[in-house]
Amino acid sequence: MREPHDYDDIPGTTVFDAEQSRRGYHLNMFCMALMKADARAAFKANEAQFLQRFPMSDEQREAVLKRDWNRMIALGGNIYFLSKLFSTDGKSFQYTAAQMTGMSQEAYAQMMLDGGRSPDGNRSLSEWADRKDSG
Amino acid sequence: MARIYAGLATSHVPAIGAAIDNGRTHEPYWQPLFEGYEYAKQWIVGHMPDVVILVYNDHASAFSLDLIPTFALGCADEFAPADEGWGPRPVPVVKGHAPFAAHIAQSLILDEFDLTIVNKMDVDHGLTVPLSLVFGTPAAWPCRVIPLAVNVVQYPPPTGNRCFNFGRALGRAVESYPQELRVMVWGTGGMSHQLQGPRAGLINKVWDNRFLDRIGPDPRSLARIPHLEYLREAGSEGIELVMWLIMRGALQDSARTVHRFYHVPASNTAVGHLILENQ
Repeated sequence: MREPHDYDDIPGTTVFDAEQSRRGYHLNMFCMALMKADARAAFKANEAQFLQRFPMSDEQREAVLKRDWNRMIALGGNIYFLSKLFSTDGKSFQYTAAQMTGMSQEAYAQMMLDGGRSPDGNRSLSEWADRKDSG
Repeated sequence: MARIYAGLATSHVPAIGAAIDNGRTHEPYWQPLFEGYEYAKQWIVGHMPDVVILVYNDHASAFSLDLIPTFALGCADEFAPADEGWGPRPVPVVKGHAPFAAHIAQSLILDEFDLTIVNKMDVDHGLTVPLSLVFGTPAAWPCRVIPLAVNVVQYPPPTGNRCFNFGRALGRAVESYPQELRVMVWGTGGMSHQLQGPRAGLINKVWDNRFLDRIGPDPRSLARIPHLEYLREAGSEGIELVMWLIMRGALQDSARTVHRFYHVPASNTAVGHLILENQ
């Protein structure tokens, strides 16, 4: 049971607090390993095998293999650690952010050019009651 | 003695570093952003510091989840650019100022700000992008840089009030150093942005501009902003703005804003930039 926090009310947002950090420790430390060129090469050569080096949950490994970014965040991933993974893939923060919002990269980039996502309608879970991805 | 004469605030978006490193600063997307730093590039020539104390956050480069210091001061002679997953940025090694940093650490700890001393650390885009924005692409950085890393990755970061008071203690630490040194303090990160989850892409121009309005004349009101407000209004990564309050705290109350720039977007982020001068 997760301890309730005031920030739980912010929709579409997972705050990387101590509890998430504990949950994601091995997932994030796997990402950290990708800061070395030889580790990146070994990962690219056989992703599933490389992931066995880290005592992650099967669910975490599957999320990595599928590049399911929201799932990785839910399972304790932190975006700055995950950035080592998408950088290894040759992808950018903007590509990954678009993936997490369910938008195409073009549509997401255009939203940013138009001034970004407004805080209006995006401050509280009560405003996202009809959306499935609010947690 | 050492003296703080100015402060500078800027966002430190990694895509800005990539635009500089890949020679794309004149592209229509980036040109308006870099134009906003032309003032700083001219200004710094006539206001060259001996040392910049650069407040930034490490983005899982030097600090993994094995060690998460809230405040960490770089006390080494030099700091290499970090490999963040795409190879290190092609920028000069950052030269520190070990004796001055040691004095600052000692002064702050005795002033009851118990920071972590770091004698070996690579520095990532959080530190090198602000240097590139202000100094361009020199063969060597034109001054010494003391990195001051603040944890804003694992929640909670230090409060805005703690950061402001840390800045005040930092000011006392600098001004008790016997050697003549011209010192600037830079606060980096922000402004509004959220990089994760279905709410990614959040930008809050009204909130950001109110922050820019108030940091010069009324920083104590900003120091009272609770973390929940940063997260809700400025996005989960917008909370980096607490680091600007360390810079502001290190300056005099009467410090004057001499330059202000705001631009949306740089990749996922609202870019804010200020120069403040002590009177």
